Amino acid sequence: MGDDETTRAAIEAVWRLESTRLIAALVRVVRDVGLAEDVAQDAVVAALAQWPATGIPSNPGAWLMTTAKRRAVDEFRRRAKHDSAFAVLARELDEAIDTDPGAGIDHVEDDVLRLMFICCHPALTAEAQTTLTLKLVAGLSTREIARAYLAPESTVAQRVSRAKRTLAEAGAALEEPSGTERAERLQAVLGVVYLLFNEGYSATEGEDWMRPALCDEAVRLGRILTALVPDDPEVHGLSALMELQSSRLAARVDPDGTPVLLDAQDRRVWDAARIRRGQDALARADALLTAEPSVSVAAEPGPYVLQAAIADEHARAASVDATDWAAVAELYERLGRRTGSPVAELNRAVALGRAHGPAAGLALLDQLADLPALRGYHLLPSVRGDLLERVGRGDAAAAEFERAATMTSNERERQLLRRRADAARRRPPVG
Amino acid sequence: MRYLCMMKSTDENGQTPPAMYEAMAEYDRWGRENGVLIDSQGLLPSSAGAIVSLADGNIKAVDGPFTEAKELVGGYAIVEVRTHEEALELARRLMQIHVDNWPGFVGSVEIRQIAEY
Repeated sequence: MGDDETTRAAIEAVWRLESTRLIAALVRVVRDVGLAEDVAQDAVVAALAQWPATGIPSNPGAWLMTTAKRRAVDEFRRRAKHDSAFAVLARELDEAIDTDPGAGIDHVEDDVLRLMFICCHPALTAEAQTTLTLKLVAGLSTREIARAYLAPESTVAQRVSRAKRTLAEAGAALEEPSGTERAERLQAVLGVVYLLFNEGYSATEGEDWMRPALCDEAVRLGRILTALVPDDPEVHGLSALMELQSSRLAARVDPDGTPVLLDAQDRRVWDAARIRRGQDALARADALLTAEPSVSVAAEPGPYVLQAAIADEHARAASVDATDWAAVAELYERLGRRTGSPVAELNRAVALGRAHGPAAGLALLDQLADLPALRGYHLLPSVRGDLLERVGRGDAAAAEFERAATMTSNERERQLLRRRADAARRRPPVG
Repeated sequence: MRYLCMMKSTDENGQTPPAMYEAMAEYDRWGRENGVLIDSQGLLPSSAGAIVSLADGNIKAVDGPFTEAKELVGGYAIVEVRTHEEALELARRLMQIHVDNWPGFVGSVEIRQIAEY
């Protein structure tokens, strides 16, 4: 690597480490998401021009902050020609830079959380929320996001600029949500991060079964959130859930890219460090739930904590057979009650099938068969196929797997289901 | 990708200045809020440690302090980053904190990528 290239790579690293706080603080200062990102980018361009000659400054974050603020002052002055209100903004910001050049890069917890609220603003579509979160909070470039989503770069760029326009129209950068609204916005942020994680963990479309880079970003965002909102059990629950689930990433796919289901996974490949972190986060969530001073009994855990507890049951078991399936079924029952999610019930059927035999699972499935929410959901026939296979009804099982294969839009999963159908057909009837 | 960062220094640096603790706590907080710092701990002096070695088929345990070692590991951090350069930058910052808070300090950070599947 040449010197310039080394510096370029170093600047990229600085950007990755500083961009979240930089943009978050700039949004507070300039009250405009688009402008905040533009001036932050300008600062990086300035760094690329200057650092190869001057070397990396001792506090690169503060350097970028000051430079970005100066660009904002320039921009405000330009706008002041048409709108005198900007003259005041320019003067105030200019004076603030002189008194404390690097100010705003430290202690920006509130800024980062506000940025997350903005990126997950209710005026945005789910797709815009995840894209903007990757762009502004995770600091990914348009090209990196495009690669992660297997989408053309221009599509992502359009999505970002449209989202920024929506935010400007909604006055999102000026909002300071508090009380109930803050709680709702935090829920939205958790939802977006988990959506991002799932998009990576089980890609809904296309060739790949997983996109690990998206999972890693989501896990990191989850960790950031636990530092920003340390007193919320669900925040720790989500972080625990993602750490625990992603511990299985390497085991979930074989070298050809074929999915490997839980039963067949080599558990020695599970990432022990992530499991430990997940368990730590889950313990913190539990501690917060039981330490609730306002109630005499422990507060009921939320959906993320419950799902993390389920993931933990798997993480702790040495094998599928050694898993405490009765505990898993009970957790799914609580999750279903809490969320009203038919998918939780579907998973409970799987757990019941393991704990008390396939007939118990099939009995619950029969109750779920007509739920409108599960119509077209490929996991319903897939689970039924699995249970039927285990009671020895190979042909019926094969038909279910075939049906599931026509319902999924993930190519790898479709191939897996077809193989399971073939295997079920070949299996001799039992008893 | 994960890295083990080992902070190494000599005994000749003397007592840690109080400002150093504060700066390190700040660095630690920054790293956790950034989602990159997974774990970090300081180590007690080598007098509280021991070395168990194997040579010529014999296992031998020798209690600290490790007087022969030039540089000793004084603390470690495990970081999860997206590029090698990010790990380098984290180490550079750690050294910068020493520049700012510990005049005359001599030491190094060894960063090693942790093997993963």
